[in-house]
Amino acid sequence: MAIVETKDLTKVFGKLIAVDHVSFAVEEGEIFGFLGPNGAGKTTTINMLTTLMNPTEGSAKVAGFDIVKDANKVRSLIGLVPQDLTVDEDLTGMENMMLQATLYHVPKDVAKKRIEEVLRLVELEDAANRKVETYSGGMRKRLELAEGLIHYPKILFLDEPTLGLDVQTRTVIWDYIKKLREERGMTIFMTTHYMEEADALCDRIAIIDYGKIRALGKPKELKDGIGGDVIELALFDNSKDVSEAIAKMPYVIDVKKKSEIYRIKVAKGEEALPNIIESILKMNLKVSNVSLIKPTLDQVYLEYTGRSLRETEGNREEVMRMMRNIRRARQ
Amino acid sequence: MISEIWALTIREVKTWIREPILVFMMVIQPVIWLGLFGQAFNLTGLVQIPLSNLPPEITQQIGVIFNQMIGSIFGGTLDYFTYMAAGMLSVVILFTSMFSGMSVVWDRRFGFLNKLLVAPIARGSIVMAKVTSSVIRGLFQAALVFSIAFAFGLQAGNAFNVLDLLGVFAGLFLLSIGLSSLFIALTIRVKSWEAHMAVVNLLNLPLMFASSALFPINMMPDWLQSIAKVNPISYASDLVRAFILHSSSVGLDISRIALNFEILIAFAVIFSFIGIVLAERGLRKG
Ligand SMILES: Nc1ncnc2c1ncn2[C@@H]1O[C@H](COP(=O)(O)OP(=O)(O)O)[C@@H](O)[C@H]1O
Ligand SMILES: [Mg+2]
Repeated sequence: MAIVETKDLTKVFGKLIAVDHVSFAVEEGEIFGFLGPNGAGKTTTINMLTTLMNPTEGSAKVAGFDIVKDANKVRSLIGLVPQDLTVDEDLTGMENMMLQATLYHVPKDVAKKRIEEVLRLVELEDAANRKVETYSGGMRKRLELAEGLIHYPKILFLDEPTLGLDVQTRTVIWDYIKKLREERGMTIFMTTHYMEEADALCDRIAIIDYGKIRALGKPKELKDGIGGDVIELALFDNSKDVSEAIAKMPYVIDVKKKSEIYRIKVAKGEEALPNIIESILKMNLKVSNVSLIKPTLDQVYLEYTGRSLRETEGNREEVMRMMRNIRRARQ
Repeated sequence: MISEIWALTIREVKTWIREPILVFMMVIQPVIWLGLFGQAFNLTGLVQIPLSNLPPEITQQIGVIFNQMIGSIFGGTLDYFTYMAAGMLSVVILFTSMFSGMSVVWDRRFGFLNKLLVAPIARGSIVMAKVTSSVIRGLFQAALVFSIAFAFGLQAGNAFNVLDLLGVFAGLFLLSIGLSSLFIALTIRVKSWEAHMAVVNLLNLPLMFASSALFPINMMPDWLQSIAKVNPISYASDLVRAFILHSSSVGLDISRIALNFEILIAFAVIFSFIGIVLAERGLRKG
């Protein structure tokens, strides 16, 4: 059963169409990812699905309720861990959690136990009674995550959950997210512009660019979809071009020789590789160098949008840094 | 509903009392005013008008005229310091209410508002919590300024008692609800700090000066009088003064007090209603 379902969901800011007639469905219990560069419309989509903004056009249902007409029902069933932090710096971690529990109508005695539980999950028990302004970026994000869990939401929305965090913290957060799905069967809708993150976590991915979904499917399907693996291979003897011979070998789809390297597109890399090497040996030639390149989501992305994701990365981090400075200036 | 309003109010109050400097800043301005203007123009207690280039006979003359005017308004002896200190309590409420609008902009800017907006709570309770905490702050600071004014020589009427004190704070309470709601309503759709400050500055000084808080309405030019007469701060000031000057010889002017209360209640109810309705309709992200 689809737990999130959108139909032509659209958001227009002035002349800018931030989200452009987007339709998709998220199944219960899956981790669904929106992958796209900055400004693609990921946050805007989340803002609409979490009732922060009304769509300009189109509609969406979350947990069976309309995001506009039944906004408050939707709110009570979802958790949001937003891209920009929303914890109150002047309160302690514990006070933030208690406030969150009240906002979600979790009774006090239940709240105490749950807060303990979720703080343990994100390993913040020891820092719970410190003011949030003393927390590191990773700790804040984890506190935010804990807050999103306090009412055991059916669906958790994670907007760029590891943005601006170091690699170590990032892996820790990935583990939490996986644990949530495994232990709670929670449905997770997340956005990211990190390829590895989408690849490591998501059951299904929608690639979004300029407000439109360009491709949607399992990471593996998407990768297979752009046409298999590539074998790069160099020979000791470069006096003759054996491209045509290679092209006739099993599994091989296409061969290109560029300077001294043969770039061979193949259907199933792991099976094709020994086969090709053997055939080349039989031709009395020796292989000097070989590598098998599996397609990455990066290539998928390039294929569907014509741009590389990484080109746009720096920007957002800068904004984050600025936000932190503003926060500091406030004290 | 009540529990979330209360929890959010506690949050505001907590962050407020943890910043004693903020409390101090808020009180310092009215106190300086009390000291400067109040005492400087304190013409009965005679007389250091800081206009040193005027000859003393003239300042004295001004003092006499001024005093007669004030006296004629209240039908008794009254020094300007007491007059102004009473009005200053309403001004303190005005300042703290402005701050409640600002805190909406803060919360928007620092993301906290988004947390409230995704929570399954009535949008109105977000506004109510802001109002409640603003009222608490306002009354506390008014009490502080009131005590300081006493120390500086505010002269209450000889029959001034605890009930009158309660009356004073009831009036300030209503004024605070109305003004906080007003300023919050103004900021519900305002995103930028600058825009908010512009709006506040536009309202702030007129609200203060076009009222009976600092000067008797009769002394104003006609056009200013007509503004002052619709300004809730005038009614709150008038009410506060009526209680503070409670003397055994004259007694309380019940009909005047009742009128002031009615107007302040209407002001508080109407503007908190507007604030809640605007919040339900218009309190959105970005
Ligand atoms: N409140 C807003 N007003 C105007 N433009 C906006 C607003 N929010 C987002 N945008 C614009 O919409 C586009 C999509 O933004 P966003 O959804 O935040 O992208 P992402 O989260 O994928 O980086 C961007 O061009 C952004 O500048
Ligand atoms: Mg975003």
